[in-house]
Amino acid sequence: MSLTETDWTDWAGRVALLGLLGLGIAAIFLPMVLTLYLSMFDEQMIVFPPHGYTLAWYGRIAGTFGAAIWTSLQIAVVAVALSLALGIPAGIGLSRHRFRGREALSTFLLSPLTVPGIAVGLAIYILAIWLEEKSGVTLAGSLRLLILAHLLITMPWVIRLCLASLTNHERTTEEAAASLGASPMMVIWRVTLPAMRPGIIAAGLFAFIISFENLEINLFLVAPGITTLSVSVLQYLGYHIDPLVAAVAVAQMVIVGAALLLLDRFVRLGQVLK
Amino acid sequence: MSYLRLNGLTKRYGDTLATDAVSLEISKGELIVLLGPSGCGKTTTLRMIAGFIEATSGDIVLEGQAITGLPAHRREMGMVFQNYALFPHLSVARNVAFGLEMRRMKQAERDERVAEMLQLVKLDRLADRLPRQLSGGQQQRVAIARALAIHPKVLLLDEPLSNLDAELRQDVAREIRLLQQDRKLTTIMVTHDQQEAMAMADRLVVMRDGQVQQVGAQEDLYERPATPFVARFIGNSNLLVGSHTDAGFRTETGTHIDLAGRYQGAGRATLALRPERITLGETGQVRGTIVLSSYMGATVEHVVALDDQTRLIARGASSGPAATPRFAGGQSVFLSWPAASECLFDGGDAPIPALSHSINERISSHA
Repeated sequence: MSLTETDWTDWAGRVALLGLLGLGIAAIFLPMVLTLYLSMFDEQMIVFPPHGYTLAWYGRIAGTFGAAIWTSLQIAVVAVALSLALGIPAGIGLSRHRFRGREALSTFLLSPLTVPGIAVGLAIYILAIWLEEKSGVTLAGSLRLLILAHLLITMPWVIRLCLASLTNHERTTEEAAASLGASPMMVIWRVTLPAMRPGIIAAGLFAFIISFENLEINLFLVAPGITTLSVSVLQYLGYHIDPLVAAVAVAQMVIVGAALLLLDRFVRLGQVLK
Repeated sequence: MSYLRLNGLTKRYGDTLATDAVSLEISKGELIVLLGPSGCGKTTTLRMIAGFIEATSGDIVLEGQAITGLPAHRREMGMVFQNYALFPHLSVARNVAFGLEMRRMKQAERDERVAEMLQLVKLDRLADRLPRQLSGGQQQRVAIARALAIHPKVLLLDEPLSNLDAELRQDVAREIRLLQQDRKLTTIMVTHDQQEAMAMADRLVVMRDGQVQQVGAQEDLYERPATPFVARFIGNSNLLVGSHTDAGFRTETGTHIDLAGRYQGAGRATLALRPERITLGETGQVRGTIVLSSYMGATVEHVVALDDQTRLIARGASSGPAATPRFAGGQSVFLSWPAASECLFDGGDAPIPALSHSINERISSHA
């Protein structure tokens, strides 16, 4: 059997495709694998090759970064809860009603996504100082302000995902519910929210990850005693380059990964992100 | 007193009137069909009755109580939507139970009612399925069961057959009609399909441009259409525009037609003739030339040209004692029809009463 020309191009095409696929997967997973590898070096500095391997660095995460992880988690959870509480009604309202300025409002609500994080952080910092001078209420360096700032970057995602989850929603099912005796609140609770469920779950997940991993805004708003994980890792890196950083990075991946897995139990993520 | 009354129901969107003073009296247990082309206001009327659209003016009175201002969820109307609008995340049984849950009915009673309803629409075996696991016909039955479960005061059907396969449609139409009669359900149905409307209705309401053209039983609309629009919409009458005098009818293109009846006055007029009431033969009221002859199975259809611009359709039985002979294209024929099948409308589209054909009719019916 001889190779014809089409067989040959078919074969070459397939190899090229597999090659690209492999390259893509490597580009995604290599840094992660490398981080995991570094985190187990039994060295004070990152030296290659290491003298030996140890899991001791993981034991030191809590001591060095425990407080920061706790702060980041607190901020993320509250920001997710608040952005869902505000974003879900906003999404429902924007999808239901056609009013003057609707487009403008929806662009405005999504606009924080278009501003660089550094700029947002700086602006919020200046605003907070100014408000403090006017009112005397301490804002800068408080958990409150961090949560509010994170709301600014998580909300657009929540609104966008809630809107997307309603694009294929049959409004007649809401009318059907009303004709069967459901009050407007009951319609939202029994019909609209269930239809939005995958979107809401995806929105919460995105909001959590975005808040938890944020660095740029946090840089301006953290204070002694209230430091997020991302900022404290950066600060730590200023003085040390040791496998502890790699270990905490792995820990962060585990936290986010656990969130993903947990959510996957309740909703097929593949369906959500389609 | 009527069970449900619409009183000058008007809905205005900006400058356009979706419905223009629609008034209607509906008796208990009656099936009324709102019929008309798209955009005639039939769906708007139904949605105002359901409470999904607020009327600009006018009243809806149910059992003597004005319900115009009542929100949809307090109206107790069972609605079946064109796309069925089943709750996709709930099983068939939970869909049917929804209205009962809203009424806080006790679990045991609710289960019993759901089972009864599912049995009624022959879906008791599929109670645990999700809507997407059902065929279109089954989904529609769930929608009907769901609407009936709450024992609605009025059943509203929005184009209930339009999403079904053609073969299924007639069966489902019959089933709905039998169910409606059996349970004496006051029902309002919306459709654009006159066959469907004729098959199901107690009375029909023909609408056009937001206005009611005529209300009546099938026979009223068919034999005594109130406007040329009704004559064409119900049973596809041939409409000829022209003028009439004592001597007969003259089309705009100048063809003279002898009328079977005699009519008062003279002036602009529209003549409506039913295809199935026109007989082709060697003598008659007007002469024409066969353009096309089609054998349709039960009927034979001829397209006849009266002049260059005027064409009529004539339809007759293909066999039996009154069978229509078949003519070839180009053949010259005479058309005739009985006086009772001829409808003449004046320039304002109002029917012109016949002077003598009522007498003729009486004589012929005695003979």
